[in-house]
Amino acid sequence: MPESTQVRLSIEGMRCAGCVSKVEAALASAPGVQQANVNLVDRTASVQGEAGLDEASLISAVQAAGYDASPVQGSENVDQSRHEEATHFKSLMLRFMVAGLVSLPLILDMFLHLLPELSEAPRVWLLVGGVTLATMVYAGRHFYVGAWRAFSHHSATMDTLIATGTGAAWLYSMLICLAPEIVPEMARHAYFDAALIIIALINLGQALEVRARGKTSEAIRRLIGLQASTARVVRDGQEIDVPLAEVAAGDVVRVRPGEKIPVDGEVLEGESTVDESMLTGEPMPVHKARGGSVVGGTINASGSFLYRATHVGADSVLAHIIEMVKNAQASKPRIGRIVDKVAGVFVPTVLILAVVTALIWLNFGPEPRISFALVAAMTVLIIACPCALGLATPISLVVGVGKAAEFGILIRKGEALERASKLSTVVLDKTGTVTEGRPVVTDIHGDNPDAILRLAAAVEAGSEHPLAAAIVARAADMPEGMKVPACQDFDSHAGQGVSGRVEGQAVLLGNAAFMADRGVPVEEGVLEQAGKLAEQAKTPMLLASDGRISGIIAVADPVKEDSKAAIARMQALGLKVVMLTGDNRQTAEAVATQVGITDFYADVMPQDKDAKVAELQAAGEVVGMVGDGINDAPALSRADVGFAIGAGTDVAIESADITLMRSSLDGVVTAIEISKATLRNIKQNLFGAFIYNTLGIPVAAGLLYPLMGLMLNPILAGAAMAASSVTVVSNANRLRLFSPSGQGSGGGTQ
Amino acid sequence: MTMYLVNLSGLLLIGFIIWWFWLYRPKRGVVADPGQVIEVRVKDGVYDPALIEATAGKGISLRFIREDETACAGQVIFPGLGIQKELPLGRPVVLRIVPDKPGDYDFQCQMGMYRGTLRVN
Repeated sequence: MPESTQVRLSIEGMRCAGCVSKVEAALASAPGVQQANVNLVDRTASVQGEAGLDEASLISAVQAAGYDASPVQGSENVDQSRHEEATHFKSLMLRFMVAGLVSLPLILDMFLHLLPELSEAPRVWLLVGGVTLATMVYAGRHFYVGAWRAFSHHSATMDTLIATGTGAAWLYSMLICLAPEIVPEMARHAYFDAALIIIALINLGQALEVRARGKTSEAIRRLIGLQASTARVVRDGQEIDVPLAEVAAGDVVRVRPGEKIPVDGEVLEGESTVDESMLTGEPMPVHKARGGSVVGGTINASGSFLYRATHVGADSVLAHIIEMVKNAQASKPRIGRIVDKVAGVFVPTVLILAVVTALIWLNFGPEPRISFALVAAMTVLIIACPCALGLATPISLVVGVGKAAEFGILIRKGEALERASKLSTVVLDKTGTVTEGRPVVTDIHGDNPDAILRLAAAVEAGSEHPLAAAIVARAADMPEGMKVPACQDFDSHAGQGVSGRVEGQAVLLGNAAFMADRGVPVEEGVLEQAGKLAEQAKTPMLLASDGRISGIIAVADPVKEDSKAAIARMQALGLKVVMLTGDNRQTAEAVATQVGITDFYADVMPQDKDAKVAELQAAGEVVGMVGDGINDAPALSRADVGFAIGAGTDVAIESADITLMRSSLDGVVTAIEISKATLRNIKQNLFGAFIYNTLGIPVAAGLLYPLMGLMLNPILAGAAMAASSVTVVSNANRLRLFSPSGQGSGGGTQ
Repeated sequence: MTMYLVNLSGLLLIGFIIWWFWLYRPKRGVVADPGQVIEVRVKDGVYDPALIEATAGKGISLRFIREDETACAGQVIFPGLGIQKELPLGRPVVLRIVPDKPGDYDFQCQMGMYRGTLRVN
């Protein structure tokens, strides 16, 4: 059987099943195709064909049918990009070594004078010039071709500078070999060594940069690497391993202990705990049972289960995360836009500066003027490094956004990261942000707590109030044999409580006003107890059976374990922390006191939250709003930075600039710390690159010569230029070592 | 006399640099019919073609093929249209663009060294 290949394409523009057949027909008619299957759900095409199936011709075929296609980004692309990177690195290193080796005798000649003087043996030097040219063509071909192509398109790049600098050195040197009489005797010096060493060093610099750049995109590679390669799918009653690409929504998948969960889905049978830390940053494994959702890329810990695939391919949570991280990495914060303007005019400006430098030396310099002019102009061309300037922002952003993703923090755009670093106030929505967002029974007072809970659960079973849910849930935890009885004549009294008949008793559950209304006497002690509970941000409910108070049951939304510490970290960063809640003042105050917040607003209706944010902004604050992204979408959009907390794996929260997959305020602080660290890193890079260029160019032009008699060697300029972009990338790589404050030794001190 | 000529040549060279790199505006680029796919090669530091003309309100597809190993060529950005796309080496990437308003929309690499223009008429 001949070898066959499979190509996966992502198809754009399909709307209906009719489109599927059109695309399939188009693909099937492309040369070498044996079979083409199009999946409308994940908008991909899987094409089977002869070995060497041409992806480009498949894409053209799809386009001819009126749709767009591009290669699917997946793990195979990671391997490919790694391979390309390694090949590029090797070829640059080879060029460096060849140019370096050929220049070695010339370097030795500088000290040992092995070669005869140029005036004595011009032919020897012509030969040296020939060897130099051959080496330049081999090791620096990409600079010359690039420079020429850019020139012919009225564009100038870094290649232009390198090619002009080294080209001028070689041309001048050949000229004095061929016609030495045209320049004064003392200016008869060849610069073949400089041309070669500069090319060697710049190749080395680029090779090191390729290596360092590879490390910067580690985060995205890690995410892509989370994808499983196969899935065990149940088909015709049999469990078979199929490639991930062949899993469709609706398939039933088996996962065994320790295995990676291949695609997103919903558990049908069995239960287990799943480690989701690689996606959400949540260290505790999550329990999954029938009906629970699982996410592709996470790891099943102990049990085995069957689940139905719901989202595959580009629709999966992991694909969304990867897409979001990539988009943010590619976006540009404002700070980078100014640099773009500079970078756009940089190279022609340096060319002009080189001409001006040469003219100044030719007019006012000491003899041999032509040598000084050439060396100075060449050094100006070589030392200028637009790369360092242009790389400064994007490279740090790639590392910073990637680092955030490691902590389960998804940043939508570079600008959000920039603004997050400048926040002065953080507004926290209380419910679900500072607190768990799920009320629980905290206290039961009375002679027989179990009986109180039993009756309370019985009357609340019919209620839809969140407080009722807490009581029913608590009753469900009661030991076996204490089943909750049925309730007859259930009635709900808005704002007061509920009533019903349980096991023949008339039961009331509600506040003191409700009891008074129903003529149930409430003792002073009970009222006092209820008051105390209310002071602790709890909601006390009195239980009366047959006209007598039998106890108090209190429900509260507990503060998250780590809220207090996270708020302290925010305050330590110098941020003003404000809490908003729809609860009454007493509850708000109790929660605020527990977590160390002094600024809070109670009785804020959901629709008024964004007005509160706007009010703070009008007072000059740069506001970050933290909420669940659902009830407070307008406030999140209004804020300078909207943080959606506890998104879990529902990552596509549109209203938020920053989405935290974990439901912990710690993530907000970590996001702010990463933003600050990234911005600091960008500024260091920009400062370094600006200083390097603004100091380097005048020194190269010979500014120090009249003052100190110092002239920069073009070879040193080449080394400095090669080092400058490597330094920028290496500095950005330092961000990879970031660790949040209070967690590990790094202390976020990037 | 020699210095006079040298200085004059230097000044002419500066004038040439300014004209060639900054002032020069190509008169016509590749004209894209609505719905047409234009192939843009990214090679040796340039986009080829670097000037593409399109009609306002009509969609065109640009198919970028990166043949340039330099890391700088790894992305194409249309700042005016808010488009940013990764260009994997040797793998075509298609961008469908529907420009609403007439005008010049530049596209560039991450560092703004590779430059091209989408002219919307």
